[in-house]
Amino acid sequence: MKLTTKLLAATAIVGAGAAHATDLEVMHWWTSGGEANAVSKLAEAWDATGNKWIDGAIAGGGDTARPIMVSRIIGGDPPAAFQFNHGRQAEELIQAGLLMDLTDVAEANHWKDIVNPPSLLDACTVDGKVYCAPINIHSWQWMWLSDAAYAKAGVPVPTNWEEFAATAPALQAAGITPLAMGGQSWQQNGAFGVMALALAGQDAWLKVNKDKDATVVMGPEYTKVFEAFGAAREFSAGLNVQDWNQATAAVIDGTAGAQIMGDWAQGEFAMAGKVAGTDYECLPGLGDAAILDTGGDAFYFPVNSDPAITAAQKELAALLLSPAVQVSFNSAKGSLPIRGDVDLTTVNECTQKGLDLLAAGKVVPAGTELLSPDTVTQLNDLMTEFWSTPTMTPAEVQKQYADIIASAT
Amino acid sequence: MTIAEQGRPAQGRSAASSGKRPSRLFRNPMSKIASIPMIFTAVVIFLGGTVWTVIYSFTSSGLLPRLNWVGLAQYDRLWTSRKWIVSIENLGIYGICSLIGTLLIAFTLAALLDRKIRGEDTFRTIFLYPFALSFIVTGLVWQWILNPELGLQHIVRGLGWTTFNFDPLNNPSIVMYGLLIAGLWQGTGLIMCIMLAGLRGIDEDIWKAARVDGIGTVKTYIRIIIPMMRPVFVTSLVLIGAGIVKLYDLVVAQTSGGPGISSEVPAKYVMTAMFGGQNLGQGFAASTMMLVTVVIILIPWAYLEFGGKKRG
Repeated sequence: MKLTTKLLAATAIVGAGAAHATDLEVMHWWTSGGEANAVSKLAEAWDATGNKWIDGAIAGGGDTARPIMVSRIIGGDPPAAFQFNHGRQAEELIQAGLLMDLTDVAEANHWKDIVNPPSLLDACTVDGKVYCAPINIHSWQWMWLSDAAYAKAGVPVPTNWEEFAATAPALQAAGITPLAMGGQSWQQNGAFGVMALALAGQDAWLKVNKDKDATVVMGPEYTKVFEAFGAAREFSAGLNVQDWNQATAAVIDGTAGAQIMGDWAQGEFAMAGKVAGTDYECLPGLGDAAILDTGGDAFYFPVNSDPAITAAQKELAALLLSPAVQVSFNSAKGSLPIRGDVDLTTVNECTQKGLDLLAAGKVVPAGTELLSPDTVTQLNDLMTEFWSTPTMTPAEVQKQYADIIASAT
Repeated sequence: MTIAEQGRPAQGRSAASSGKRPSRLFRNPMSKIASIPMIFTAVVIFLGGTVWTVIYSFTSSGLLPRLNWVGLAQYDRLWTSRKWIVSIENLGIYGICSLIGTLLIAFTLAALLDRKIRGEDTFRTIFLYPFALSFIVTGLVWQWILNPELGLQHIVRGLGWTTFNFDPLNNPSIVMYGLLIAGLWQGTGLIMCIMLAGLRGIDEDIWKAARVDGIGTVKTYIRIIIPMMRPVFVTSLVLIGAGIVKLYDLVVAQTSGGPGISSEVPAKYVMTAMFGGQNLGQGFAASTMMLVTVVIILIPWAYLEFGGKKRG
């Protein structure tokens, strides 16, 4: 009897100790210079609460990292928290009951009132329950231009896609590749998405991506986009790089004129010590239609049988959305905060443009929220085939794009 | 295989001398018990896993396996996919070139080493060394060597041939040969060692007899030695074949399937469908097709190899 009591007491002490300092393994794919800097801000904030952040970074981008995370979760050895993009990537994990319900954390911290735009919280919500903590907003709709490259070619820096296309020959004559594009399929498909939203307009884009209307793909608005995408393929000839940050580096050192890439590219410019407005320029929506998609990252928390870890997971979820962490993390990463009530202390010109668009509500849901990963993979394959097969015409790719949209769910 | 062939006549003799045939199931009980774990692994993991995969290839499983039957829809989509067709073509090109290339180079090297040259051990080590590296390392090394800005092309241009052009990894029509170079570099060493062992197993008297008859060295190799090395070639063929079908990590390290989809291979298609696209059903359908292809090639071969002997 006495022994049992002692044992129970000992267990209680150990249990209480664990609740105060818990090691949480957090998996993510933030490994480039700017990204790693941002994730260290999260780790610092978490360590400051007396817990320990165990970094589980996976190099190689989301396509490499997601399968590793999923196989660990299915295999019964889940990390305490993991990063996915907003949207449908975790759909099936939630349906299978593998992820923790965060509704109580969301209600206690009034996420419904603070998360802006509200579509981010909707993307985390399944059957009225919240399953993820959105951490930042990233939008694809940016074109980054090098002032040095345009100065060398002796033409003014373009302010929209039409001007960019018109000045491209001048850049080529000066030995500069007008458009830097990495060889990975998600970059090419992503750039196409940006051009579609900017050149075909919001209505056509939503009809294709949200309503899966294949007739719009074959319509005149999208025909224009496919032709522009064909032209973009010509503009990118001559620069063979794979990763997006290598392409960004080409814009930074002026060997390429511009890059269509999400706002995460800004972290690379910042790391290189470049200043927006003097060293590089940014055009939201290619300068044609300033609308941003609100993709980005969210943290999910796998179900855990250990109550100490469960408590720590909820604590971390609340911490990620706290104003201080939102400011320090998003300033380092170049992304936008998910709450409208915080001030980013050091915003540059480009981030300010993004914040203004966000405040004005000029946003659409991200492609990853609307299309299933299966459809995204098919589109990636199609676009990268087009990009590297000079004999493939825009009309051919348009037809196949329509077929994929028609069969999408 | 050779052991089994030698074993058979001995069994026949002992059965005949003892008069009645003992049940084969209870011979050597200890060795049978010892092999139970292996039999269990083979049946449950290999066979069970295969059957499971084939069954689920007829479902619409996404990220997690689920039994929603969709009939042949996954196969239908597979065979209308450009990427799958390209993958199959690429594997065909790589397979044929790799098979012929490996056998030719490995045998030539082995025959040269067999001529009792000086420093044989050194050469053998050098040739076998690449095999000690993983495909990821091999792929990365060759990606650097074939990179036009810092590799072979850069060096040759630096030596004065400024028009020299060798950039296979960025050229969709020859990218498979860029992979082939790395594959051969890695794979020939092992096959060479197997061949060398085979050559050393040839009786010295054969050579003496050939010399007495005045047959030239090259002719002796082609007409006498190679036919005698049939079991060695079969082993090599199986090893090379297995390496071809599972070609995946080399592609991931060297090109990631690029430029575009021009160096995609079936194993990579399976991985992308299952984990990138979160579409297990599609991945299972593709891996089932890989299995079917292997079986189609293996059955006639096995029939010729083993079936013929039993009748004779």
